[in-house]
Amino acid sequence: MSDSRSPEPSAAEKPRKGFFRRLRERLNQGESWLTYDLAHLLPGGKPDEAFIEEMETRLLTGDVGVDATEEIIGSLERKLWRDELKDTRAVVATIRESLLEILAPCEQPLVVPEAPRPWVILVVGVNGAGKTTTIGKIARRLGGQGHSVLIAAGDTFRAAAVEQLQVWGQRNDVPVIAQQAGADPAAVVFDAVQSAQARQIDVVIADTAGRLHTQENLMEELAKVKRVIGKLDPRAPHEILLVLDGSTGQNALIQARRFNEAVGVTGVAITKLDGSAKGGSLVAVAKELRVPIRFIGIGESVEDLDVFEAGPFLDALMEGTGAGTG
Amino acid sequence: MFDNLSDRLSQARASLLGKGRITEDNVRDTLRQVRMALLEADVALPVVKSFIDRVKERAVGAEVTSSLTPGQALIKIIHDELVEVMGAESKGLELRAQPPAVILMAGLQGAGKTTTTGKLARWLREKDKKSVMVTSADVYRPAAILQLERVAEQAGARFHPSQQDETPLAIAEAALEAARLALVDVLIVDTAGRLHVDDAMMTEVRALQDHLTPAETLFVVDSMAGQDAVHAARAFGETLDLTGVVLTKTDGDARGGVALSVRQITGAPIKFLGVGEKLDGLEAFHPERVASRILGMGDVVSLVEQVEEKVDRDQAEKLARKLKKGKGFDLADLKEQISQMQAMGGLSALMDKMPGLPPQAMKAGMGEKELKRQVAIIDSMTPRERRFPKLIDGSRKRRIAAGSGTQVQDVNRLLKQHAQMARMMKKFSKGGLAKMMRAMKGRMPPGFPG
Repeated sequence: MSDSRSPEPSAAEKPRKGFFRRLRERLNQGESWLTYDLAHLLPGGKPDEAFIEEMETRLLTGDVGVDATEEIIGSLERKLWRDELKDTRAVVATIRESLLEILAPCEQPLVVPEAPRPWVILVVGVNGAGKTTTIGKIARRLGGQGHSVLIAAGDTFRAAAVEQLQVWGQRNDVPVIAQQAGADPAAVVFDAVQSAQARQIDVVIADTAGRLHTQENLMEELAKVKRVIGKLDPRAPHEILLVLDGSTGQNALIQARRFNEAVGVTGVAITKLDGSAKGGSLVAVAKELRVPIRFIGIGESVEDLDVFEAGPFLDALMEGTGAGTG
Repeated sequence: MFDNLSDRLSQARASLLGKGRITEDNVRDTLRQVRMALLEADVALPVVKSFIDRVKERAVGAEVTSSLTPGQALIKIIHDELVEVMGAESKGLELRAQPPAVILMAGLQGAGKTTTTGKLARWLREKDKKSVMVTSADVYRPAAILQLERVAEQAGARFHPSQQDETPLAIAEAALEAARLALVDVLIVDTAGRLHVDDAMMTEVRALQDHLTPAETLFVVDSMAGQDAVHAARAFGETLDLTGVVLTKTDGDARGGVALSVRQITGAPIKFLGVGEKLDGLEAFHPERVASRILGMGDVVSLVEQVEEKVDRDQAEKLARKLKKGKGFDLADLKEQISQMQAMGGLSALMDKMPGLPPQAMKAGMGEKELKRQVAIIDSMTPRERRFPKLIDGSRKRRIAAGSGTQVQDVNRLLKQHAQMARMMKKFSKGGLAKMMRAMKGRMPPGFPG
């Protein structure tokens, strides 16, 4: 939820190489959690059942989830029976292949088309996932691409959520449409979209209050926000972006499922993949929902949010930064 | 995906079924399922490993009490161990310091520190009648200070204002001074969310603790956190002298395995659960409740407890001895068994709680009412009739029916059931309801009762 701790660089568009290098550093803290010390585990021998079980453990500890893990381990076992796993490299390659198969279809960056205007992004998620911070970063990013952006302060519930956006908006020269605390979020978003129409703004990003997916009435409120936007443009909101906390465990899947049922999620942004978080929940979500992963966040500064690319992500995940890759 | 531990255990039950004793061999498969279930509940792997080891130690060689199946016995061991690891009931906050007693809040971003600060302020004001001041040392997140000001207002706590251009240390010192002057009982210092790998930020919060010498340093953690929570807990535990943990967002449907991880890694007791966004949503911690939630099996645990409590051991043993002597199962014994069922809320209530039983399969005729009627019929018999049911002829049947307010058909049905049960009883060397239940879980003997 916080940003602006480190000085923000002038351009949102930093070289891609830098992002994935940082991702690698932050995911792995030196060594890949998935592939560290494999050589030591298997001194000279061929992979066996015990070795595969160790890989299973590592995947599970990475929050990859039981379903995805079982699929990956399943393909490892099939290869083992067919005697196709000669060494650890073959194991790593097989895991990478399985992961790529799961992740590649989700590699669909958010592209704002020429029409219609305004293009409306509704941002949803549980409390503390990082919605407001992510909105700031996306606004900067789209601004950098030449789009005019307006933010709707739809989180009228949490104390000072509106001010958080306003402070951010002033600093970054992005207009923020807000009403008083406790206002109907649907009305705020409606106003914002209307205002954007009048001002011929390209993109509206609508914030919403964090809500646990178990709160029926709040999920219903979200559905209402969506319906009300639809009155101004039947196809809007054009993107419903679910923000997931990358350090969330198995509950991330349930969150994704419930939000999808309530409003129909068209993309996800996964935040807080830095620290020693391992990014496995991203795999679990990709496997279960097959929904486009629009952004991943690996830190607090603006350039720490970037589009998701399966290949470089997996390289960062599996190669580590130092020795001991095995 | 399995919904809970009992589902998982039923997968592995084959290895335990019919075994009177848990051994290293027959428990291995089951413990693997337990391991997966705990991982699915987001308990961190190192914690799972040591936990499983302890469960194994306790379970292997354990005699399975006559009232439990080995699977149930294992669940009980796991549950007990969980409760034990998570510590006793919450004793609340330890604020007997020179006022103002300081509470320092720490945690990752988005864990819920500010909301919890407000909830605590309200709790202390309303439950403990303390005067409370709060201040925010979060100079990073835009409007974080304003957020706390609003929350303080709702909680009825005093707010010590701070500015984003101040250092957290300066804020803390000024707030402490203000709290002294205002003679408040408690000062709660909210801090910025920080990542445990951010050395500068961890140093900052340590400095705050050194300056404030808080009575309580609380680690606020999201109940939805995954495997990585263990690293965060370790780093915060090593950096700070944590005195307690607050588990937030427990109104969601996450299993909250993080509770176990954090407790084990930091050693600090879990003091509160955050429930919902409103400021009254704070609850004292109950290890039982959280343990059941992690296992996803509240019902099974309560069932196990019920069976242990309600089945009268002495009665069961008396019956067993009697059966062993070859005296047979008479109507007085049947009444005993029915009473035991009634004590447990009737057979249908029991069936509802049994994992792996088709819910409607055997409910018919086993309700409270039916059991009551059967007791009435038996009560209308003479002791001799109860001992020797063969004595009961047509005339006696009519008398018994009239005496119990039932029809002769009801009496007939009861006698038929008894005959079947008596046959069944002979098959067991020692008896008791629970043992019967165990047999019934595999297959239902035709016509048993009703």
